[in-house]
Amino acid sequence: MNMEFPKNFALYRDRKLAEKVAEKIKKIADREHFKFMHVCGTHEDTISRFGLRSILPENVKVIAGPGCPVCVTPPEVISAAIELSKLDNVILTTYGDMAHVPSPRGSLVQARAKGGDVHIVYSIMDAVKLANKRKDKQIVHFAIGFETTAPSTAATLLNNPPENFSVLTYHLLIPPAIDFLLSLGEVKLDGFILPGHVSTIIGSNAYKYISEKWHIPQVVTGFEPLDVLVGIYMLLKQIREGRTEVENEYVRAVRPEGNVKAKEMMKRVFDVVDARWRGIGTIPCSGFKLKKEFENFDASKKFEITFEEFKQDLHPGCKCGEILRGLAQPEDCPLFAKVCTPLHPIGPCMVSREGTCAIIYKYSRSKNK
Amino acid sequence: MCLAVPAKILEIKGDKGIVDFGGIRREVSLSLIDNIKVGDYVLIHVGFAIQKLERKEAEEILKLWREVSEAINT
Repeated sequence: MNMEFPKNFALYRDRKLAEKVAEKIKKIADREHFKFMHVCGTHEDTISRFGLRSILPENVKVIAGPGCPVCVTPPEVISAAIELSKLDNVILTTYGDMAHVPSPRGSLVQARAKGGDVHIVYSIMDAVKLANKRKDKQIVHFAIGFETTAPSTAATLLNNPPENFSVLTYHLLIPPAIDFLLSLGEVKLDGFILPGHVSTIIGSNAYKYISEKWHIPQVVTGFEPLDVLVGIYMLLKQIREGRTEVENEYVRAVRPEGNVKAKEMMKRVFDVVDARWRGIGTIPCSGFKLKKEFENFDASKKFEITFEEFKQDLHPGCKCGEILRGLAQPEDCPLFAKVCTPLHPIGPCMVSREGTCAIIYKYSRSKNK
Repeated sequence: MCLAVPAKILEIKGDKGIVDFGGIRREVSLSLIDNIKVGDYVLIHVGFAIQKLERKEAEEILKLWREVSEAINT
């Protein structure tokens, strides 16, 4: 086999190969019903963009879980970011996905339209560069995201950032969320498609306790169409053989131990705490809080920001909570594609290329018309 | 948010590097990974290289898929 690396990535999208794997899935899926959950917006994007559900047999369902960090960041954190952006001497930097997420106090782009100083950045490094350039201002970076993103925040704080730099952090952790969803028992699941890039950092071993506790198969899966199909095949194979393990399909990027250096940096900077997930509630040990020695860089302390309490996480009628827990599909929501659209999102799942509603709106809606 | 894109390392300057995303060049941080050299492929997320991509493993899984699909035809 003559393959140039990584040009051979084209093979991960080989249609004929995909159809053959789908055929193999059909043969091994010998029960009436299988339901698998993925917990990553990028997986939903691959599944919807390449129409993978249409080549899976009827009895194999794949549903989306809480895999979109901007969707699950609670409204009180967004409103704190908005408050910070309104302060005279502050420039708030944010990842683009987060800028459009609605809260009862509006979104960050709406805050910018009203005079808030909000800059969209690709990387926390750009925020540090801005802090070095604008010594007359305080730069606050809105550092959200799962374990994939948290190391970049940790590495930045360990690298002596300038005094006029701080972070509003809300990093969340995936394995405790999977454990929590299983403990709720609201939806009967036969396996988890584990997120490839969260796993790049934490490693496939990080999920072992879940398979042991709940006797459920899990497969760390990559993001090309064939990755996802092979991941589903591996889950079905485990079920057929009566195994409940963590397996790794995404071997080119995920090691059992993960990225040890990144994990050590996170450990030096953050403590693990209970955290609120929008539309889901408080999940034990599912978030990161800055350790005491990094409090100088904690924007909520530096600017004495209080987190406003809202009666509701979501707009009345919005089903994002049920969608994030795998209990409903976007089409079940009365607001979906009617008043809630990517241009005018009512719920957080309609924002960004990671939100389940935004993805279904973009790729799958036409066939349902 | 957790999107990460493969890129090739072109230059290394301390804990920073210049990478090539199939034509687009950008400076990234290499502070999260060790033992990296020019010519390696890495996954980039929000401006940080988060893991080295393993050629051998990548080729092995492709071989496995081929075998799976060929087994159906026999």
